[in-house]
Amino acid sequence: MTAYLIRRALHALIVLFGVSLIVFLLLHLLPGGPARASLGLRANPASIRAFDQQYGLNQPLPVQYLVWIGQVLRGNLGFSYKLNQSVDSLLAENVPRTLVLMGTATIIAVAIAIPVGMLQAVKRNSPGDYTLTALAFLFYSMPSFLLGLVLIIVFSDVWPVLPSTGPTATSPLFDQIPNLILPVATLALITVALFSRYMRSSALDNLAEDYVRTAAAKGVSRRAVLFRHVLPNALLPIITLVGLSLPGILGGALIVESLFNYPGMGLLFWNAAQTEDFPVMLGTSLVVGMAVVLGSLVADVLYGIADPRIRYQ
Amino acid sequence: MELSPHKAVGAQRPMNSAETEAAIFEDSEPRRSLGASAVAVFGQNTLALVGLAMVAAFFLFCFVGPLVYHTNQVATAVAQANRPPTAAHLLGTDAVGYDELGRLMVGGQITLLVAVAVAVLATTIGLIWGCVAGVSGGGLDSLMMRIVDAALAIPGLFLLIFLDSILKPSVLVLIMVITALAWLVPSRLVRAEVLSLRQRPFVEAARGAGATGVWVILRHLIPNVFGTVVVNATFQVADAVLTVAALSFLGLGIPPPAANWGSMLANGVNYVFAGYWWQIWPAGVCIVAVVVGFNFIGDGLRDTVDVRMRAGRS
Repeated sequence: MTAYLIRRALHALIVLFGVSLIVFLLLHLLPGGPARASLGLRANPASIRAFDQQYGLNQPLPVQYLVWIGQVLRGNLGFSYKLNQSVDSLLAENVPRTLVLMGTATIIAVAIAIPVGMLQAVKRNSPGDYTLTALAFLFYSMPSFLLGLVLIIVFSDVWPVLPSTGPTATSPLFDQIPNLILPVATLALITVALFSRYMRSSALDNLAEDYVRTAAAKGVSRRAVLFRHVLPNALLPIITLVGLSLPGILGGALIVESLFNYPGMGLLFWNAAQTEDFPVMLGTSLVVGMAVVLGSLVADVLYGIADPRIRYQ
Repeated sequence: MELSPHKAVGAQRPMNSAETEAAIFEDSEPRRSLGASAVAVFGQNTLALVGLAMVAAFFLFCFVGPLVYHTNQVATAVAQANRPPTAAHLLGTDAVGYDELGRLMVGGQITLLVAVAVAVLATTIGLIWGCVAGVSGGGLDSLMMRIVDAALAIPGLFLLIFLDSILKPSVLVLIMVITALAWLVPSRLVRAEVLSLRQRPFVEAARGAGATGVWVILRHLIPNVFGTVVVNATFQVADAVLTVAALSFLGLGIPPPAANWGSMLANGVNYVFAGYWWQIWPAGVCIVAVVVGFNFIGDGLRDTVDVRMRAGRS
């Protein structure tokens, strides 16, 4: 297990380094360079020189990278001159709300997808299976903003029971539950479509295994075969899937947040794109990239704990 | 586990009856050529044919439609804004008086053009990248794949929005920006396949006979990974349609008077509570139908490729 952990952590470190390099390169792709991007087009030469001096931008690129990564590691992700606030404090305000949105949606999605996928696998090729497969196909092919829009039309216009906007920025995290429902439902439905298809095929694979036939031949009841034998094995790939889906769910959260005006990291990023607030965009990209790398590391470690075969490969 | 959450769905989609049909077919008529049997298998897959018909219908609608149904999609006509469907405007007008049906056609042209271009370019780049990494192995392979890992770690939408806000969007910029990220997944798929092909006797034999890396890639690897790559390219078109729509919805598409299904939806959102259904549903249905169509074709092609691989081995 230790060797597996070390190998996996080393891989994550290398990828993290790559993520930081990409963001560093983007910083230098900016029109007019990092100084103008941060200070705005009307910055005077003296302030640009001061900025370059402060961030070491007059030095060779490798040195600049070291200086920049040093700042990042000390928790300094830059300063938004448009919002007159440091990027870290902006993220500290907005990330928790995104975590609430994504966390709730993912938990709900997993809770629905597992029984649905199992049911489809057990009742394979039945009308119910076809209906659920068609629904999953539809939701999977539907852009998240369209799904959100449909939910708004149905639940805020035709049958007005839920608000069409997310919670306000100043409210405590779980204060406005009704405002959370539609954004969470949008994100959850799309994720269910993805997860239930994996769960179905994973359960199907396991149903065809010899151990299922053996258990049935020994007289184990059908219910026990499904819940004691098939389910735990079919669940294994779902651990990895949740980790791997993180980039997709984060992208979905961005769209959902901008549609419902939900004040999280995605809306922060989108607003920054509208106002060309590059420090915020780069800081957010870096944090999001790190979250994905760490998320897949956690998923792999959990998988290693759950399935010993993985550790010894 | 070198799987991407998104694209790997393609590889894991539920099997359908064409699989079994294909197996029966092979036994009964073993003498047909590979190409002919592939076409026949694809033809037996109802869903794939439905998908093909849907996509063909949309290409006709978008590229031939404007020749039949003439509308002005350049000049605005504010006096005619937000009209419900009439004989003059079959699907009504939008907030600045553009004819909605005509706009669906023009918008579809850009969407389909960008999506197909992205799929072709991204697949080509991914094919080359994956082959080179897989064949060379060792340090170069690790380096190339860690680049892919790192680029995939940052959620695509964030990078796309970033690139889009630096560059001023045009059709070409949109194609390049989406391609810049879309090649990552095919490169992983191709590398994984090349790694297993590399162990096969025919590649070892070619190597033993003194074939160079370039020769092995061109003569032996590309023909063998081509099936996987084509299947993936079809799913890529579907994904690119969604990406174009999402970027346009977020206001980062090609600016007006150019039209796009995503931006049409974004405009329609302003009138959700005014009941202007014709500004929302048609564009929404177009996006979903095209994506479903390409996904159906992809599923059918995958079954076809599976058969070809089985036939090739026997």
